[in-house]
Amino acid sequence: VAVQEVRDESDWRRPSRRLLTLRRFEVAGSAVLAVSVVIVVFSFAGEVPIGFAGAGGVIAGGLVAEWIVQRRFSAWGYAEREDDLLVRRGVLVCRLSVVPYGRMQFIDVRAGPLERVLGLATVHMHTAAAASDARIPGLERDEAARLRDRLAELGEAQAAGL
Amino acid sequence: VSDTAWQRLHPLSPVVRGGRLTIGIAILLAPDLLLGRDPSHDDVQIGIAGGLVLLGFVSWLVTRWRVEGDDLRIETGLLRRRSLRFPLSQVQAIDIVRPGLARMLRLAELRLRMGGSSGATARLAYLHEHEVDALRGRLLALAGGVTSREEAPTVDPVDERVLTVVPTGRLVASILISDVGLAAEAVLTGLVVVAVVSPAAAVGVLTGGGAAILSVATLVWRRFNQEFRLTVAESADGLRLHSGLVALTAETIRPGRVQGVRMVEPVLWRPLGWCRLEVDLAGSQRSKGEGQSQRGKLRAVLPVGSRADAERLLDRIVPDRPKRQSRPPRRAAWKSPLRYRWLAWGRTDTCVATRSGRLRRVSCWVPLEKAQSIRSVQGPVQRRLRLASVHVDTAGRSLHAAIRDRDVTEAGRALVELSDLARVARKRAAPR
Repeated sequence: VAVQEVRDESDWRRPSRRLLTLRRFEVAGSAVLAVSVVIVVFSFAGEVPIGFAGAGGVIAGGLVAEWIVQRRFSAWGYAEREDDLLVRRGVLVCRLSVVPYGRMQFIDVRAGPLERVLGLATVHMHTAAAASDARIPGLERDEAARLRDRLAELGEAQAAGL
Repeated sequence: VSDTAWQRLHPLSPVVRGGRLTIGIAILLAPDLLLGRDPSHDDVQIGIAGGLVLLGFVSWLVTRWRVEGDDLRIETGLLRRRSLRFPLSQVQAIDIVRPGLARMLRLAELRLRMGGSSGATARLAYLHEHEVDALRGRLLALAGGVTSREEAPTVDPVDERVLTVVPTGRLVASILISDVGLAAEAVLTGLVVVAVVSPAAAVGVLTGGGAAILSVATLVWRRFNQEFRLTVAESADGLRLHSGLVALTAETIRPGRVQGVRMVEPVLWRPLGWCRLEVDLAGSQRSKGEGQSQRGKLRAVLPVGSRADAERLLDRIVPDRPKRQSRPPRRAAWKSPLRYRWLAWGRTDTCVATRSGRLRRVSCWVPLEKAQSIRSVQGPVQRRLRLASVHVDTAGRSLHAAIRDRDVTEAGRALVELSDLARVARKRAAPR
């Protein structure tokens, strides 16, 4: 399979493992919130057993989410080739984008509060096309800065008109 | 030196900009002026009208523009002063727009459509008719890379070769059987039926649904007016499009600025062998000042025409087109049952062509040098069927080439090939 060839021959890099920690933390956080809401609501309604059953359901859901989060984490990848950047993502819908350096109009690096605590950042690549939304989440701060500078440099060297 | 001094717009421009408001004021004041004065509500009306005139005058007074090196600069605003700078090298197309009121006053608006992520539109509304053509020629020459010190070559505005003209009869027929036209006809027959059955109810319907009826009528009218006698001509500074009945539009698309072309063949037009050809230029989806009706819409270069007309225009816009297109594997019919019978794609070294559409048939051509990024996408159903899609994104408003539901191997190969070809095409297109 040719896509596989592209995948294999390129030197793929991955987001930091701390991205997985971040996603797990998000899942755990929302699960804890949901469990407490369920238990409190059903306790007030006087149906404690049902409340615990509901909480069990929520926890099971959380475990499924944990599995999905893991798969999604391992689907992320990017490779810097000579003239373009490859970004792959997605489990249910697999996407592989080829973004030429010369087409990148600007690059921004974002970090939310949780990402900052873990020393992570998301790199967004913008081209003139709205559809080519290429981003790489969960990069370590140094790697994000390196990537940003390199992409900016290559983009300037290879810039092409619209 | 090509820098010009600061200039103002035409003093009457607020009148045209106000448009309906101006007409409203005229109606408001007319009875008093014609039938003699009635001092009781004179003051209020004069006051309102005077205030509006003053506002218009101030807006005219604080707006000025000049050509500065390779930029067009516009300064505007009284309280919140804005200074806008439009680099002429990014101009995608220049339009001259003349609404009905402007034509009466011999004015015209110049619109510069810019590329880039901002995708803004520079508007000079309004200038005197005489200035506009010369200014357009000069701006286009500057945009084409004529350095500011050289004398800009004057392009003769008459020197153009007409490629197609849309006959009015065919345009009317095509609108009658288009989606908007059918809606209007349904409304009209509904009204007639109601009026015949019970005239009293018809009045109720008219007053109740007046706004909806009016909006349908406006849509039909706008489409007719925009595409009336649309003429495509070729000239030294690009493709020229002229159209309009009341409001005239003249558009110049710079050579090599077309991001993609789309040919649409609606179901009802197919027996007649008609199609519609639209081009896409760089710019954001929501550029301001273009009016609601044009947002995200593509510019039709051929509102309705035969296949031969379309081919002739395509030869001008994308000369190197693939002759044959290949069909997807049979199992793709499971994933896209409605689209399957049209799906196909083909490529040459510089152009990718795709065909799709559920009821109507939509063909797209995208020059590879315009590709912004190339993506392969595989959804769950596609994975089950060992299919994948490849998208070629452009900087256009809404057009991109989607190669749908191909065999995984072929899609992967297409992804690799197209990104290589796009790189070569890009280098050839931009030697600077």
